[in-house]
Amino acid sequence: MEYRKSILSVAFVIILAVGFAVAPLAHTSGYQIMLASHILVWGLFAISFNMLWGVTGMLSFGQALYYGLGAYSVGLFVKHVGAAWFVPGMFVGLALSVVISLLIGLLVIRVGGVFFTVLTLAFGQLAWQITFRWYDFTGGDDGIQGIIAPGILSDRIVYYYFTLAIVLISIWLLLRLSQSPMGVLLRCVRQNPARVPFLGQSVRMSQLRIYVISCFFTTLAGSLMAGVDNSIHTDMLYWTTSGEVILMSVLGGIGQFFGPLIGAGAIIVIQDIVGARTEYWPLFIGILMMIIVLLFPRGVVGEFQALRIKLTSFARRGG
Amino acid sequence: MDPSFIIVQFISGLTMATLLFLVASGLTLIFGVGNVFNFAHGSFYMLGAYFAYEAVSTLHTNFWVGILFAAGGAGIAGILAESLFLKRIYGRSEEGGFQLLLTYSFILVIDDIVKIVWGTEYKSVLRPAGFHGSLEIWGLTLPLYNIAIIVIGLLVVVIAWFTLSHTRPGRVARATAIDRETMAAMGVNVPLTMTLVFGIATALGGFAGALAAPLRSVTPGAGIEVIIDSLIVVVIGGMGNFWGAWLGALILGEVMAFAVAIIPEWASVVSYVVMVLVLIFKPEGLFSPRQVRTV
Repeated sequence: MEYRKSILSVAFVIILAVGFAVAPLAHTSGYQIMLASHILVWGLFAISFNMLWGVTGMLSFGQALYYGLGAYSVGLFVKHVGAAWFVPGMFVGLALSVVISLLIGLLVIRVGGVFFTVLTLAFGQLAWQITFRWYDFTGGDDGIQGIIAPGILSDRIVYYYFTLAIVLISIWLLLRLSQSPMGVLLRCVRQNPARVPFLGQSVRMSQLRIYVISCFFTTLAGSLMAGVDNSIHTDMLYWTTSGEVILMSVLGGIGQFFGPLIGAGAIIVIQDIVGARTEYWPLFIGILMMIIVLLFPRGVVGEFQALRIKLTSFARRGG
Repeated sequence: MDPSFIIVQFISGLTMATLLFLVASGLTLIFGVGNVFNFAHGSFYMLGAYFAYEAVSTLHTNFWVGILFAAGGAGIAGILAESLFLKRIYGRSEEGGFQLLLTYSFILVIDDIVKIVWGTEYKSVLRPAGFHGSLEIWGLTLPLYNIAIIVIGLLVVVIAWFTLSHTRPGRVARATAIDRETMAAMGVNVPLTMTLVFGIATALGGFAGALAAPLRSVTPGAGIEVIIDSLIVVVIGGMGNFWGAWLGALILGEVMAFAVAIIPEWASVVSYVVMVLVLIFKPEGLFSPRQVRTV
């Protein structure tokens, strides 16, 4: 079963890679390429978020902080130093992400459950406040426009493949992590924290580790986004961004590794269709969230699997 | 710094603290009795402000009647939210996360409903008749309405404390917080108790929103700021701790009032600094003896 499961996930990664790789060849418009890039970036964001929530049971409501950190590291370097600093900006952002997530992580994992959630929200809003008010440095509410990667990356298609490669490598690393002994330990932290010390492991140490790792990949996703949209805005740090990634994960299914990616794809496509036609997008996603939480808590992928199990057992009983 | 400045800012901080306490006490009450963290508590505060606006400007009621109307309206909205939605997921495995998501969806829905009904422009509610001016004592100018808020807040604190500790409904609520099963076995209708507590708490939130309406303009999206401020209050004071919430509100209110006067641009950042300091030195809250950690 375990073997079959890992074959299945490898197959899924290959299909995903091939599907997104051939997308630009099929006469797609620039807009569709951008949509595909959004799905990739948000997919990485959602999968790294789900390493925290679905796997380890830490529902963070402040991941927008790290997403924005990645975007603003790139954006601020390009704005204040020059376009050549696009890629070095990404590295600086990742380094900052490790330092900041270690510091904040040490504070927020001291409290559990609901408090973890609201404290991460508070730190996220603090980062948003600072970015919003520090007009001279960050451009405040105006955001930063015209962020274009230098050299060969300035080409849309090249940047798309650049994004695809980084997202696939990151997802592969996270998949390996989730299937590794550490991944099993993280599930143990969620399901039975009292037993973790019996394994000679520490709950808090495991939580801190996955918090830093998850924030690292979130920052990476944010820095990629700066080049996809060519502009960044303080909204990337606002709490609704954290809410959106939660919605994607819960829609796709938090019990499966690839659930959040499917959820990200679904939300971006729905946003493209519905969001453009209504100014009440929050009302729409609020009602969607309510329906999922009340009726389909396992998400699309989880409900589908449950249905399959039900059908096979029904067929067996029948035959 | 001259003393009159300090006294005036202190009174302003006391006003802020009273409003914060009214919201945070509702949050703590729901958490203590129902073990629910109501993310949307700030949205009921906002609803209260809009209900007061509606009562005063459209129905032309007296201001104080409008306040009661607002508290009642927010309470009914809370009862509906709890009994139609929240009640369905009690007892589900990994309940905490889904509760947060459900109450988060309340924020989104309430925000947009408010936008649909009242539009996005700022609304303002006038101060009640007789409370426009200010009180002159010892050369100090103290706005009458702020003083009224402080007095009302003190009254609510005393009434809430008395109800919780000296009446039968208060005892039932406190006992339900400790052991739901035993209370059910003793013939107490636990689901009804939870619904009523939720209603009372959201009514307190709406009451605070309505009281604050003449001081701050009423806008959609105010819910999230309020919920974060009350979160900081309960982090400072310790969750589920009535007096802790009161002292937490007092500290945060005063810090914010002086920050607004001294470093206005960065005032909103200062409240987070207080929270971080408390988290570093006493993560379970300043006035809470027990550990909060529940993992």
